[in-house]
Amino acid sequence: MDVQPGKMVATVPMVTVRPPTGQSRLARPQAGLASSVSAKISVRDLDFYYGPRQSLFHVGLTIRSHSVTAFIGPSGCGKSTLLRCLNRMNDLVEGARHTGRVELDGLDIYDPSINVTDLRKRVGMVFQKSNPFPKSIYDNVAYGPRLHGTKDKRSLDELVQHSLQGAGLWDEVKDRLQQSALGLSGGQQQRLCIARALAVRPEVILMDEPCSALDPIATGKIEELIYTLKNTYTVAIVTHNMQQAARVSDQCGFFLMGELVEFGDTRTIFTAPRDKRTEDYITGRFG
Amino acid sequence: MQRHFDQDLAHLKQQLLRMGGLVESQIQQALRALVDRDSDLAVDVIKQDHDVNALDVEIDELCIQLLALQQPTARDLRFVTTGMKISSELERMGDLADNIAQRALELNGEPQLKPYIDIPRMANWTMRMVKECLDAFVNSDPVLARKVCADDDFVDDVNEQLFRELLSFMLEDTRTITRAIRLTFVAKSLERIADHATNIAELVVYMVEGKNIRHVAPSASY
Repeated sequence: MDVQPGKMVATVPMVTVRPPTGQSRLARPQAGLASSVSAKISVRDLDFYYGPRQSLFHVGLTIRSHSVTAFIGPSGCGKSTLLRCLNRMNDLVEGARHTGRVELDGLDIYDPSINVTDLRKRVGMVFQKSNPFPKSIYDNVAYGPRLHGTKDKRSLDELVQHSLQGAGLWDEVKDRLQQSALGLSGGQQQRLCIARALAVRPEVILMDEPCSALDPIATGKIEELIYTLKNTYTVAIVTHNMQQAARVSDQCGFFLMGELVEFGDTRTIFTAPRDKRTEDYITGRFG
Repeated sequence: MQRHFDQDLAHLKQQLLRMGGLVESQIQQALRALVDRDSDLAVDVIKQDHDVNALDVEIDELCIQLLALQQPTARDLRFVTTGMKISSELERMGDLADNIAQRALELNGEPQLKPYIDIPRMANWTMRMVKECLDAFVNSDPVLARKVCADDDFVDDVNEQLFRELLSFMLEDTRTITRAIRLTFVAKSLERIADHATNIAELVVYMVEGKNIRHVAPSASY
């Protein structure tokens, strides 16, 4: 690809104070409050290649703990590639390689000493198309914990209930936990996949287009869920739906041809973006 | 990429300019009604207020529709929300022109208190501010908008000067009180029109730059 890597965008200003739980994010942070947010994931000067083709150019950004970070941009801009770098899902792609660093709580996740299974337990993922196992609802959620060694029935029961509640699905399925997960609606299946991700008690949840196959009602439920998940987890989401990014995210990054064009506060990106390319994209003038 | 939405935005802009043009001529005619002692013209101005109010409602509805149906972002969002506010400012200016016309009707029924010198001077300055804030809006010109903001001080000064002068008339001869008070109302209306022009100019800066300069000390904002 004959793309010239552009200038890297500044890192996130760390001065914004996250409003306490339950408070609207539109509320103004109180001046003078000490910053309570910290960096969960830091990406530093990341270049990424699929074979000879470079897909990310000098990407640098910080994902804040207990916040929702959205990546937007046209198809092929590199946003999903970046998301998949955050829990090394790209390791599975032949010919994939990178330079630069991705840190989780300050530790390089590509360090040879890192156990990838442990990493993916800490950094879970939810995909575009819901992919429940052809098992019961209960077994879907219990699958991860069992794999990681939880055998005790009572602990598993509690974990399954807790995860389904966390995913906002418990009330709808509590009377049919032993029925097949494949009998659930699309939106329910997607929330089941979120419950399955929650069951291994991750710290970060990556979501790749989690609503693109869902109707508006199911989408609304997932969006509400994302909003509550950040109280407990750190969330990064890739979406084609810009209004969704505007609704759910605290910070937002705009990608174009492998370059992170602009990264910052979602409120700023959607009201007064700094870069003309961002402006053109989010106002629909682009393309 | 050509967007259908752009036609809606162009229509919104056109309606705002139409409203701006109406208000400009309302102010101008209200002043002529006073200075030329033309009561028929004053009645015309009062009648025109209805058109300005109708446009205000129409523009408001248009903006609400665009917000609901197009979910604009970034500069489009700033344009639509600013458009709504500009419409309100223009509507208030129209009301003030209406007030001037009503005072003119009253003043024209009595002998002229004094030659009108400062009021036309103040009016010319104010009308230029109105014209320039609308030009700044049409051309997305933050430099001109900031000039309008700075010009407001002159109008405030002339208003204060006129008030002192008219006060001296009233102290000297109580029979002048009614007319002098009516003239201070005219000056006050002009001063308020200039304030609304300043508000529009500040909105234009926000629309173009995404930067809010309202309610900030002048030295820190311009």
